[in-house]
Amino acid sequence: MVTSDQIILVPLLPFIAFAVNLLAGRWLKHRAAWLSVAASTIACFIAIPVCWAVFQGNHFANQGTWLMLGQTPLKFGYVMDPLSSSLLFMVTIVGTLIQIYAMGYMHGDPRYSRFFAYVSLFMSAMLTLSISDNYLLFFMSWEIMGLCSYLLIGFYFEKDSAAKAGFKAFLTTRVGDVGFLIGFLTLFSAIGTLNFSEMNALMANAHHAGAPLHAGLLSLAALLIFCGTIGKSAQFPLHVWLPDAMEGPTPVSALIHAATMVAAGVFLVARSFSLFMIVPNVLPVVTVIGTITAFMAAFIALTQTDIKRILAYSTISQLGYMVTALGLSGLGAGTFHLITHAFFKALLFMAAGSVIHGTHVQDIREMGGLFKKMPHTATTFIIASLALAGIPPLSGFWSKDEILLSAFASGHKIVFMILLLTAFMTAFYMFRLIFLTFFGQPRNLKVHAHESPAVMTAPLWALAFGSIVIGFPGSPFMHHWFQKFMAHMVHHPEYEPSAFVMACSVAAAVCGISLAGVIYLKKIRWAQKTAETFSFLYRLSLNKCYFDELYSRCIVKPFQSLGRFLFGFDARIVDGAVNGTGHATLFISAVKGWIDKYIVDGLVNFTGTLTHFLNSIVKRLQTGFVQNYLLIVFIGILVFLVWELKII
Amino acid sequence: MSSHILSWIIFAPLIGAAAVLLMPKSKTSWIRWCALLTTLIVFGLTCYALSMFQGSRAGFQMLEKAAWIPQFNVQYLVGTDGISFPMVFLTALISLLACMGSLAHIRVKEGREKEYYFLFLLLETGMMGTFLALDLFLFYIFWEVVLVPMYFLIGIWGGPRREYAAIKFFLYTLAGSLFMLLGILAVYFAASPHTFSMIDLVKMPRDFFFQKIVFLAFFLGFAIKVPIFPFHTWLPDAHVEAPTPISVILAGVLLKMGTYGFLRFSYPLFPEAAVWFQPAMGVLAVIGIVYGGFVALAQTDFKKMVAYSSVSHMGFVLLGLAAMNANGFRGALLQMFNHGTITGGLFLLVGVLYDRAHTRDLNDFGGLGAKMPGYAGILTFFSLASLGLPGLSGFISEFLTLLGSYQYSKVMTATATIGIILAAAYLLYMIQRVLLGQLNPKWTGLTDINWQEVITLAPLMVFILALGIYPNLILDYMIPTLDGLLKILGGAVR
Repeated sequence: MVTSDQIILVPLLPFIAFAVNLLAGRWLKHRAAWLSVAASTIACFIAIPVCWAVFQGNHFANQGTWLMLGQTPLKFGYVMDPLSSSLLFMVTIVGTLIQIYAMGYMHGDPRYSRFFAYVSLFMSAMLTLSISDNYLLFFMSWEIMGLCSYLLIGFYFEKDSAAKAGFKAFLTTRVGDVGFLIGFLTLFSAIGTLNFSEMNALMANAHHAGAPLHAGLLSLAALLIFCGTIGKSAQFPLHVWLPDAMEGPTPVSALIHAATMVAAGVFLVARSFSLFMIVPNVLPVVTVIGTITAFMAAFIALTQTDIKRILAYSTISQLGYMVTALGLSGLGAGTFHLITHAFFKALLFMAAGSVIHGTHVQDIREMGGLFKKMPHTATTFIIASLALAGIPPLSGFWSKDEILLSAFASGHKIVFMILLLTAFMTAFYMFRLIFLTFFGQPRNLKVHAHESPAVMTAPLWALAFGSIVIGFPGSPFMHHWFQKFMAHMVHHPEYEPSAFVMACSVAAAVCGISLAGVIYLKKIRWAQKTAETFSFLYRLSLNKCYFDELYSRCIVKPFQSLGRFLFGFDARIVDGAVNGTGHATLFISAVKGWIDKYIVDGLVNFTGTLTHFLNSIVKRLQTGFVQNYLLIVFIGILVFLVWELKII
Repeated sequence: MSSHILSWIIFAPLIGAAAVLLMPKSKTSWIRWCALLTTLIVFGLTCYALSMFQGSRAGFQMLEKAAWIPQFNVQYLVGTDGISFPMVFLTALISLLACMGSLAHIRVKEGREKEYYFLFLLLETGMMGTFLALDLFLFYIFWEVVLVPMYFLIGIWGGPRREYAAIKFFLYTLAGSLFMLLGILAVYFAASPHTFSMIDLVKMPRDFFFQKIVFLAFFLGFAIKVPIFPFHTWLPDAHVEAPTPISVILAGVLLKMGTYGFLRFSYPLFPEAAVWFQPAMGVLAVIGIVYGGFVALAQTDFKKMVAYSSVSHMGFVLLGLAAMNANGFRGALLQMFNHGTITGGLFLLVGVLYDRAHTRDLNDFGGLGAKMPGYAGILTFFSLASLGLPGLSGFISEFLTLLGSYQYSKVMTATATIGIILAAAYLLYMIQRVLLGQLNPKWTGLTDINWQEVITLAPLMVFILALGIYPNLILDYMIPTLDGLLKILGGAVR
């Protein structure tokens, strides 16, 4: 029988694997991977029964004091509720499959054990985050995930672009993280706790009582916490790091930059949902940011040619979907899409990795006709794409439909239209990718494609299976079980399924796929013509809306200049004042020295000289002859007499 | 011995120094081992004292008292509490590691080991005395004792501009401490009966105006030592010129003497003035954090970058002090300890690289990660600790500091967090320039970090990791004393 405290082993086992791989990796070599995979698999087997128990309606939590904040003990612990168990379920399964895949993908890499060490550390942090019961522990694992992301993006650090991408990712997300940090400090000062359950209880009380406590402060807290999401989940305007993050090995892109870490930002909003629900004016901000992100990223993805970058922009776009859903109070819809997306997007990345592994190119213009050479990869890729495009009954359809429904039923017609357009674009760019990669004729004859080994294709099929079935718990076939399950968390509005929304969703997907098929299988010239006709939009999309250029000019350069300016200020003004004081002191000393030498001492010497001079005169009188002295006496008396007697 | 343990800690290095003096100049290995043994013994004594230290008690412990100059009521009064003991422990640890580092570094100037280790051990006595003295006069003596060996250690064994740096350090600090001396005398004459004893002085009330003036006098002495903006410019020069082990001591211990002075003397003696100066302290702290960060970002000299990062990180200590609440104080004192271990380690690492490459120009390196994987790992570890990665000790002290300062001022806290982003920027930028990218062909001959250097760094890593995972290891010793201090300042422990 599983006791709930065993859940602590779930993050602990990968951590042990990390420590061993880091310290003993040199001797473990290829066995390092087995260690990481084993740790992850065992964690999976421990986690799933507990998750299952939660799915049945149980609730587990435990905590212990870690630190004293003033007189308030800060307790660290785990909580197993619908939200954490859903995430834990997804992360353990997807994470394990990706690591198995990585054994094949990374085979022969000189830093093989180091790779698995980092991945295990990441798993440990991600699992801690999933089950943590308070903001501080959440933040700590959040930051460690950021570190792993940094290390793994820059895994091939000899490449300048990889090193720079890691740096960019860490710094960009850190901007959001600092907002998050101040956010939960604000929350702590408003409600005096960092614990999720306590916060939920307080918010529920406030909800029933009518007036929320410290509404202004709580709004600020929610907004700042959302900054963390913007950074981590690559939302506009901090999304720029995620496409560059594709410099990392592909399993990393699948694990960190598609399925788990970037979704943690969405999870953060879901975790804080009671807070977001109770404060006014924050959810609209969330909606707007999410919608902009979803649309903008899909727009950029239309013209990209790097297979991984297309997927990266697709990820940003889908994360925007989830954020929009949460902004529309759709906790169930947002988390549902988070889970389904993890399966099919991880699969897309892994299949893309398999393509790269088999062809050694990443540019889709150099591919073509790969279906025959890589049947497993191609089939699973298409399954995942259909799920992403939202073709029923694959998982993506159900979750996307929930989001569209939230937008439609809550009366946000503009958001609904934009999301629908985004869904169309999603279907289009995914099938543009598929038709260019797997169909048609090979365009580069130097590429000799081969199917990847079973250790890579088996996880692909496992995830393909997941991508098909994972949507059912949220579908009408299972009476929207997942949404009801999530409703245990926080009270939020639920909507009746709408056939109209489903029809729109399917129509958008089918139109997108058909259009891509027509253009890229039959009329390739149309693509060129469209690009020439709408050349402004084309260049805007191709150049990623010029965000990198804008940030480089408006943020990076000014910051560097300010640093240099302040350094100059420090050397010339601040230190100049110090040295100036020194020089002034020396100058004054010199003046005083001069005065001392020529005036004070001069006076002394003058006295001496004068005395000497007078002496030289007077001494002439001292001749030693008595008659001279008598003469002087005589003159003296004479003068005296003349003076006294006034003779003259 | 147990009743005089603190005196033993203070004077054991002096005995070692005397032993070094008695040894013949040619027996360099004797001298080295004697110095190492002495610092090891001092560390052992400190651990022994730790076993007797009662962490749950707020007041002074292990007090030793003797009349010294009875005519002026000057006492030999030493004792420790939750504020000074962590600093004593840090001093013992850093001195030991710096001495180990010296074994490798100081061979360059053959034949002058005797003077070096004599001065080194004298320095340790001075530092220990500064942290343990509870008589203002005695404190002042030790405070000045630190200056002299430091002056020679920089001025003789330093880099090309060593004389300039040494004189700047000496005169600047001396100028500050003269104001402090005036302050000490003012406190002495204002007390009735006249006394230098902290135990008696704390109990006496002081006039508000008098407090403000004397607080300022003390402030100058301490601010230059910390260093607080705009009194910081001696620091980069001293660091760049000082030999590696001395840089480690400078960053690891000497800077803390300033902030320690605030906690030990300024706050309890002038509580009302401290509250009055709170906004000014906070503003200076935030300026230091952001300014230091920006200037660090602009550096091309590895060592200077670490030096300016110290200005930024010590700003967090000051911010915690300015917050004047439980979390702020805990964060500040913890940050003092953590900055000692982290920045001390970073300076050792700069030294490791400098010994091999004979340059510290960041733009000159690149791609060393492949050439020196061990070094790369350790440097990354310390950089991450310095930029406040959770799980390592720097995070928790910055977090507590920010939590405390948030309760005091939201604007200051928000501004200070810019420093956190900047820390990530300058440290990762440094890593990118040193470790990542293409290997500069100039450095193909570099060897990886050796075991001797790793042994010097390993204890610091243990502390950084342990405190990052479970900060109560050390916070438990600090909290009762800090809460007691807070009561003197009139604040409730929240």
